Amino acid sequence: MTTAVLGAALSSPADLIALKKRALQALESGCTRLVVCGGTGCTSNGSRQVLDALNAELAARGVPLVADLLEEHPDGAVRAGFGGCSGFCEVGPIVRVFPANFFYVRVRPQDAAAIVERTVLNGEPVEHLLFSDEATGERFATRDEIPFYREQAGVVLADCGVIEPEDIRQYIAHEGYRALASCLFGMTPEDVVREVTDAGLRGRGGGGFPTGRKWELTRRSEASKKYIICNADEGDPGAFMDRSILEGNPHAVLEGMAIAGYAVGADEGYIYCRAEYPLAVQRLRVAIRQAEEARLLGERILGSSFDFRIHIKEGAGAFVCGEETALISSIEGRRGMPSPKPPFPAQSGLFGMPTVVNNVETLANVPRIILNGAGWFRSVGVPSSPGTKVFALTGDVVNTGLIEVPMGATLKDVVFKIGGGIRNGRKFKTVQIGGPSGGCLTEEHLDLALDYDSLRSVGAMVGSGGLVVMDDSTCMVEVARFFMQFTQSESCGKCVLCREGTRRMLEILEKITSGRGTVDDVGLLEEVAIAVRDGSLCGLGKTAPNPVLSTLRYFRDEYLAHVVDGVCPAGACQAFRHYSIDPEKCKGCTLCAKKCPVGAISGELKQPHTIDPQTCVRCGVCLDVCRLGAVVA
Amino acid sequence: MTQAVAVREPAQDAAGRRFERIQQLVEEYGASRSALIPILQKAQEEYRYLPEEILTFIATALDLPPSTVFGVATFYAQFSLEPVGKYVIKVCDGTACHVRKNQALISSLRSRLGLKEGQKTTPDMRYTLEIVSCIGACALAPAVVINDRVYGQMTADKMKAVLDEIERVEAAAAGDGKEEQ
Ligand SMILES: Cc1cc2nc3c(=O)[nH]c(=O)nc-3n(C[C@H](O)[C@H](O)[C@H](O)COP(=O)(O)O)c2cc1C
Ligand code: FES
Repeated sequence: MTTAVLGAALSSPADLIALKKRALQALESGCTRLVVCGGTGCTSNGSRQVLDALNAELAARGVPLVADLLEEHPDGAVRAGFGGCSGFCEVGPIVRVFPANFFYVRVRPQDAAAIVERTVLNGEPVEHLLFSDEATGERFATRDEIPFYREQAGVVLADCGVIEPEDIRQYIAHEGYRALASCLFGMTPEDVVREVTDAGLRGRGGGGFPTGRKWELTRRSEASKKYIICNADEGDPGAFMDRSILEGNPHAVLEGMAIAGYAVGADEGYIYCRAEYPLAVQRLRVAIRQAEEARLLGERILGSSFDFRIHIKEGAGAFVCGEETALISSIEGRRGMPSPKPPFPAQSGLFGMPTVVNNVETLANVPRIILNGAGWFRSVGVPSSPGTKVFALTGDVVNTGLIEVPMGATLKDVVFKIGGGIRNGRKFKTVQIGGPSGGCLTEEHLDLALDYDSLRSVGAMVGSGGLVVMDDSTCMVEVARFFMQFTQSESCGKCVLCREGTRRMLEILEKITSGRGTVDDVGLLEEVAIAVRDGSLCGLGKTAPNPVLSTLRYFRDEYLAHVVDGVCPAGACQAFRHYSIDPEKCKGCTLCAKKCPVGAISGELKQPHTIDPQTCVRCGVCLDVCRLGAVVA
Repeated sequence: MTQAVAVREPAQDAAGRRFERIQQLVEEYGASRSALIPILQKAQEEYRYLPEEILTFIATALDLPPSTVFGVATFYAQFSLEPVGKYVIKVCDGTACHVRKNQALISSLRSRLGLKEGQKTTPDMRYTLEIVSCIGACALAPAVVINDRVYGQMTADKMKAVLDEIERVEAAAAGDGKEEQ
């Protein structure tokens, strides 16, 4: 991997432009680039071995390699390196070829020979590595032809998977740090805040608060010291947008932070990154070091009078630390417990000083807004929520991965056009959006626009951007129980309503899913949920009841089926299953009787067996072991 | 590595060396309150868990009440106050992994490792099983992390193969150890 070889630090905007020209030329002409995905998903699928195999094959075939981008290289030279996440993790490891723009999926080390022979030496695609539509068998050579990408927009993720994140010059080639230079040498801090305000950028960390207004408040606060914090805690289970941005294009976030610093008058920034994201932390460290060497961070950036330093703080595993006041106390070395607002961080934040806290994706949008202008940003998305949103599309959907769509895209487009519909031929039931603080969307919402205000109107929220699709085998009471278990264990315990309320709600939900619930429990559950929502101190408690309230709103009949009819309509809750043996199919092999942990199955050898419902604990072992399909649940 | 050496040393020397290392960390990060979490993280990286005497020593070095240091160490899920196995297996039970039916994976792991309800580490200190919420590999659900390596699209069968491989490596290492002696 390239270490920063810049020659010299950049001491003026002219230096930056000169470097950009050289880097762009090196990147786009004269060499073929093989960009292997180096994101968490593809590396766990063996992309490191793919990169090694490619380099070995290139060397074996005597193809000249580009070891350093800016050094002279002969025609026909090849550069193979690690890029960031292209989003389509499901079909990884992914290898992209530039300038041909081929998009290879499920690449194995043994495919290296074919890639070098056909693509590098002959300029043709390797057919069997192209993405093919399972239904039609159609193959697609380039990324943009693939249905998964057709409906997507590229603002924040545009460079992920195209450039190598560990080489700052590739970011610079793609206009990197030019927005910062424009701010420092052509705009006042007020101008910068105005541009971001006019763009209508809203916080991507969940709340959707206007970023320009937050910056303006902080800019106006009088203080000897101010801070910028990048919230990279991403605790929402089922979401990995921020992780992929940090791994795929860390400089965009650093540049966004520096611009924020200039706008509000801060000279120091912290990135608070989840400890579960070691690769993101490593990429950030490399990026910060290279930016400092280039004088794009540190003292007197690009020869201006603006100083800005960035430190990394690794989180230690607490969901509540994603909440901004809790995050601040965690950086200060305390238990990460939220504190009441006001005072807002913009007035009194880190170490008591005015502080901007912004999400990773919010900050990654900033350089683009400065470069292309507020008007351009507003032309994407919908008027109340301009721009794009990155979502993590997961669950029971055919194509899982990271997607970026204009704000206001419909749920139907996301699940069916991009996601390719439901897996295993099952039926769509619901999408859980916004994680444990969010809500569920159902069939009636398929035409709903995904933006802050539309979602709020139906009791859900954009949240961080996790979209978990669930099929008709999902029990909504069980989903509510699952989320409550998460929030209950993550409640920091500071305020009584959240601490006790989440525990009580969990108890009631467990009672219902285990078949012991009554109609009164459903009413009590709703009552507790409303109390916790209205009375908790921070966002964790205020939003913890959302999964309960939203499932009650759209799936109340499922709750009632559990407590009145004694059935789980989805057949998911074990307690409601009744196991029996079909005497027609049972051959009396005795295997189930041997495996049953409680001895509930009896019968003679070669005679149909029976299950005693009184003794059965509904563990399902018999169902799993029967090879004849004779056990019915 | 560190552990293996420490075991052969007289207990006192080992403790002394640990304190020395912590002292180095305090110098590196500064004796300030905001250095507490990074110091705990580094200490845990080194010793794999946070023994009581280390926590008390850190408290003294940072001039903080031991209760504060214990308070912080117990608040965050990352810190373990008990020794952990050589292989820490983290099974993700975040939403995406839960929806893709990881329950069978978890129960088969439990029975293979012979862990009872509430038990996390095997008696021979080889494995620790943790259930965690989301490691950010959701598109490859169900996901598992063993030490620092991420495994995606896990099934009970794949898990078995991974554990068999670990057992093979361990058995080979034990064999080598004997030859050396
Ligand atoms: C319980 C809880 C968890 C949160 N987790 C995150 C998180 O993981 N990442 C994030 O950016 N914001 C999170 N937030 C929102 C932050 O408090 C804050 O609003 C956000 O970082 C502001 O940045 P933005 O305006 O750019 O969105 C969380 C809030 C709450 C109440
Ligand atoms: S939910 Fe398992 S990795 Fe995200």
